[in-house]
Amino acid sequence: MSNFIHVLTDNWDIIGPHFWTTIKLFLFAGIGSLVLGTLLTAMRVSPIPALRAFGTSYVLLVRNTPLTLVFALLVFAAPKLGLNIDYVPTARVALIAYTSAFVCEVLRSGINTVPVGQAEAARALGMTFTQVLGSIVLPQAFRTVVPPMMSVLNAMLKNTTIAAGFSVAEAGAIQAYLSERSENQIYVLLWVAIGFLILVLPLIFTQRMLERRWRVAR
Amino acid sequence: MTNVLYDLPGPKARRRNAALGVLSVLGIAALLAWIGWRFYDTGQFDAIKWDQFEYADVQTELLNGYLTTLRAAGTAAVLALALGALLATGRLSDHAILRAPSSFVVELFRAIPLLILIFFAYYGPIQLGFKIGPFWPLVFGLTLYNGSVLAEIFRAGIISVARGQSEAAYALGMRKTQVMISVLLPQAVRAMLPAIVSQLVVLLKDTALGFIIQLPELLYAGKTIGGRGSFLYPYVPAYLIVAAIYIGTCGLLSWFAFWLQKRLSGGRRKIKTTADPVPLTDVTRAV
Repeated sequence: MSNFIHVLTDNWDIIGPHFWTTIKLFLFAGIGSLVLGTLLTAMRVSPIPALRAFGTSYVLLVRNTPLTLVFALLVFAAPKLGLNIDYVPTARVALIAYTSAFVCEVLRSGINTVPVGQAEAARALGMTFTQVLGSIVLPQAFRTVVPPMMSVLNAMLKNTTIAAGFSVAEAGAIQAYLSERSENQIYVLLWVAIGFLILVLPLIFTQRMLERRWRVAR
Repeated sequence: MTNVLYDLPGPKARRRNAALGVLSVLGIAALLAWIGWRFYDTGQFDAIKWDQFEYADVQTELLNGYLTTLRAAGTAAVLALALGALLATGRLSDHAILRAPSSFVVELFRAIPLLILIFFAYYGPIQLGFKIGPFWPLVFGLTLYNGSVLAEIFRAGIISVARGQSEAAYALGMRKTQVMISVLLPQAVRAMLPAIVSQLVVLLKDTALGFIIQLPELLYAGKTIGGRGSFLYPYVPAYLIVAAIYIGTCGLLSWFAFWLQKRLSGGRRKIKTTADPVPLTDVTRAV
């Protein structure tokens, strides 16, 4: 047991910063994919057919692509096109590009739950498409999709580990670093798993808080 | 819902929409043209980068990668369905002593990143002095994670069967197992089939994680083929082909799930069940 504890205390210089990278990656990609996902949703419900088609094809393509492939495309193929990005920004771009498709799907299902009368009343008041969407429909849609949106973000948090396979020094890479210090790998991985269980907690609390605060009165 | 978001456009709005439409078409075209130009500028259209795909050996290499991907996905799918059924039975049990551990297992394996589960199965045995290849660790991780998710789908399916069905069955004197097998399961399976298929798409996509533990699956084959210096490192063509294969396979399966879901919710050949369709999970997890 004391061996197990020592794996953490002796290697805090590796474990701490790596988890910190994971948290930063998660926050960055989380905000990014929420923004891009909302934009994609707006495209998919807009009155302009070209934008609708673009949004739909983007989501269709990305949903059926493994995230590891998105990473591989950006890490191995993009430099061959003359686009040299560093590993951490690459990981952010990959996570945002991938997760925003799922954010879009969730948000679109949320829009479908907003009663038609809301949009009709807004139009009767003379609101334009951007006003209807921005002030009336999306705020209500966001409130109804808190649980599935949190699942998407939770999945994204777990997906950050894939970046470890592509040279980003985050929590998924702790095992590789500590195997060089010949630590017991099972203990190391147990600590990584515990770390992720702890990281999920704030997400659960946020979800509870938002659900309580944002309960839509209907 | 989408068509209630804006009024039927009048002459002015139609002109504005047309202008915006032209602008967005131009924008999208510019994006595609820029990508095309990057391709051209870096010589991705040169014959040498595509030559090796004409060799039978390279085609076999890709095919073997694809088969390994399918083999991993197939094995994990069968095992995950079995584990899911077991865990769902546990969670639906009347005995707390079966319920509690099943719930714990389901919650735990859904909370740990899949890659870490795979690492456990890959590096754990090495630590203990066994030598195993990357195939079974990948299957093990996929089974644990997707088994837990499937268990939740199964449970939701069983619960969604109308209550009167099991009450009527009990009133006829059926035993618990009989009620489950003859009344609940046949109806629940129909309700959860689309969700199961879409979860299997997630499983298929996740086989790409085998790349990270160096399983020679499709993505790995793409890297090997792309890394050949004698063909000027054709990473771009190789990954485009790999992406097309993944998108084609997963797209077909997703389409099948949507088709099933549509048949469940109505139409001429509606599937008969008293259960509500279980929502597709790949939207909520997926990632």
